[in-house]
Amino acid sequence: MSAAPEISHGTVASAGRAQISARTLRTDRWWLPPLLTFAGLAAWVAYATVRAFMQEWYFVEEYNYLTPFYSPCVSVGCEPESAHFGRFLPDVWWLPYASLTLPFLLLFRLTCYYYRKAYYRAFWLSPPACGVAEPHKKYSGETRFPLLGQNLHRYFFYAATLISVINTYDAVLAFGKADGGFGLGLGNIILVANVVALWAYTISCHSCRSIVGGRINNFSKHPMRYKSWQFVSRLNTKHMELAWLTLATLALTDFYIMAVSAGWISDLRIVG
Amino acid sequence: MSYDARFRVWRGDDEKGELVDYPVEVNEGEVVLDIIHRLQQTQAQDLAVRWNCKAGKCGSCSAEINGRPRLMCMTRMSTFTETETITVTPLRTFPVIRDLVTDVSFNYTKAREIPSFAPPPDLAPGDYRMAQVDVERSQEFRKCIECFLCQDICHVVRDHEENKESFAGPRYLMRIAELDMHPLDVADRQKEAQEEHGLGMCNITKCCTEVCPEHIKITDNALIPLKERVVDRKYDPLVWLGSKIFKRPGA
Repeated sequence: MSAAPEISHGTVASAGRAQISARTLRTDRWWLPPLLTFAGLAAWVAYATVRAFMQEWYFVEEYNYLTPFYSPCVSVGCEPESAHFGRFLPDVWWLPYASLTLPFLLLFRLTCYYYRKAYYRAFWLSPPACGVAEPHKKYSGETRFPLLGQNLHRYFFYAATLISVINTYDAVLAFGKADGGFGLGLGNIILVANVVALWAYTISCHSCRSIVGGRINNFSKHPMRYKSWQFVSRLNTKHMELAWLTLATLALTDFYIMAVSAGWISDLRIVG
Repeated sequence: MSYDARFRVWRGDDEKGELVDYPVEVNEGEVVLDIIHRLQQTQAQDLAVRWNCKAGKCGSCSAEINGRPRLMCMTRMSTFTETETITVTPLRTFPVIRDLVTDVSFNYTKAREIPSFAPPPDLAPGDYRMAQVDVERSQEFRKCIECFLCQDICHVVRDHEENKESFAGPRYLMRIAELDMHPLDVADRQKEAQEEHGLGMCNITKCCTEVCPEHIKITDNALIPLKERVVDRKYDPLVWLGSKIFKRPGA
C-alpha cells in the first residue's frame, strides 16, 4: 500500500479516520443544486433591488393595481391613490416607497428555515452538498452573533402575517376600478394568485407550526390546536416549494403591474 | 444476467490506507453488500466489513458508496450502470478500525450523555397513561435503527473534528426532541439541548434527513421543532411573559 496522503477536508489524521485525500467521492452532479439555488436567489435579489429603488411603474391607477413591492406605499412620493395608509416617509432615492415593510419581509425570508438551508449551502458552502467538505476551517453554526439572530424568525413571521393581510387588502381593492365600478382583469387574477401563494408560504412556516401547536405536548387536551398543527404540518412539507413559488409569483405580479403601468402591454379585461 | 463491475474499495487501518481496484462479478438482483461478500470469498479474504441482518434493519453495514453514506444491504446494484466504477469507503467521520469497519463509539458516548426518560416522581410505573395523539409524533423517531449515517454526514462533525465534544449530532438531538415532546417527561431538556448538546451548531442543511434509510424527517420534525422550543425558552420574551401570566398546569 502506498503512503497515505494528508486528509484535506478539514479533518485531522490524528483522529484515526480513514485517510482519503479527495474532498468528496461523489460522482453525481452534486454542484448543480447549489449552483441553481445561487443563480435563482441572486437573480431574484437583483430584480427586487432594482424594482424597490425604481420608484415608478408600481401602480395602475385605472384598475387599482398596486405591486406588492410597493405595498403599503407610505412615501411622500407615492401616488395619492396608491397610498392607503398615509404618506409620511421622505421621498428620497435611497428609501424604497414600502420601506416600512420591506425590511421585515427580507428578514422573514432571510431567517426562514428553508432559505437558511439554501443559502448556507449555495452561498456559504457550509456544506455545498452532503458529503462534500466545506472550505471553512472553523464552524460555530448558529451559536454566535449574528447567526444567533436566526432565532428571531417568529417575530418576522408575525410581521409577515400582518403584511399578508395588507397584500390581501390590496388584492381586494383592485376589484374596484378608479371610477368606482367593479372590474376583473388578468391583473386581478395574478394579484389574487400571489396573495394565496403568500398566505400558503407564510402559514407553512416552521415557527408557525410550533406556535399553533408544535410546542405543546398534550394534543389530546387541545383538539383545536392539534387540528391547526396537523394542517400547518401538511403545508409545512411543501415549505421549500412554496418559498420558490412565492418568489416567482412576487416577481411575476410586480413585472405584470410594471408592464401595464409603463404602457408596454394593456391589461386583459374580463369584466369592465 | 451477470457482468463484471469495477469496484474500488478502501483498504487500510488507522495509520494508512488506499483505494484498491477490484473487478467483481455482479448478478441480477444483488446489492452492494452481496458484492462485498463476493470479494471476501474470491479476492480479498481479509477484507473487514461489519454486517448483520441484510434487511436494512440492524444498521450495521453503513458505508459510503460513491461518496454518499448508505446501507450496503439496501443499495441495489441496478442503480449503477455496468460501466460505472463503484467506490466503497468506510464512514469518514469516525475512526477506522480496518477496511470498511469504523469505531462508532462516539455515538454511544453521546447517547449516554442524554438523560433518560424522566416521568413525574409521584407517578408509579404501572400508572403511565398517554393518549395516542400525544405520543405518535415522537414514534417517528423510534424508527431509528442507529446506523449512524446521519451522524456521519453531518458536516458539523464530519468537517470539524473539534466539534465532536460539544455536538451530540442529529441522532441524539432527535432523541432529546423525542423526550421533550413526551407527554410524561418532566426533565428540563430545552436549555440543555442548546447549552450542553450543541443544538445551535446545527444549521439545518438537512443532510441527516437526506441520508436516513428509515426516511425519518429528522430536520423538519425533530431538530427544527426543538430549535423552536429552545427559542420559546431562551430567546422569546413574549412566550416567557405569557407562561408567567397564563400558567396552566399540564399545558
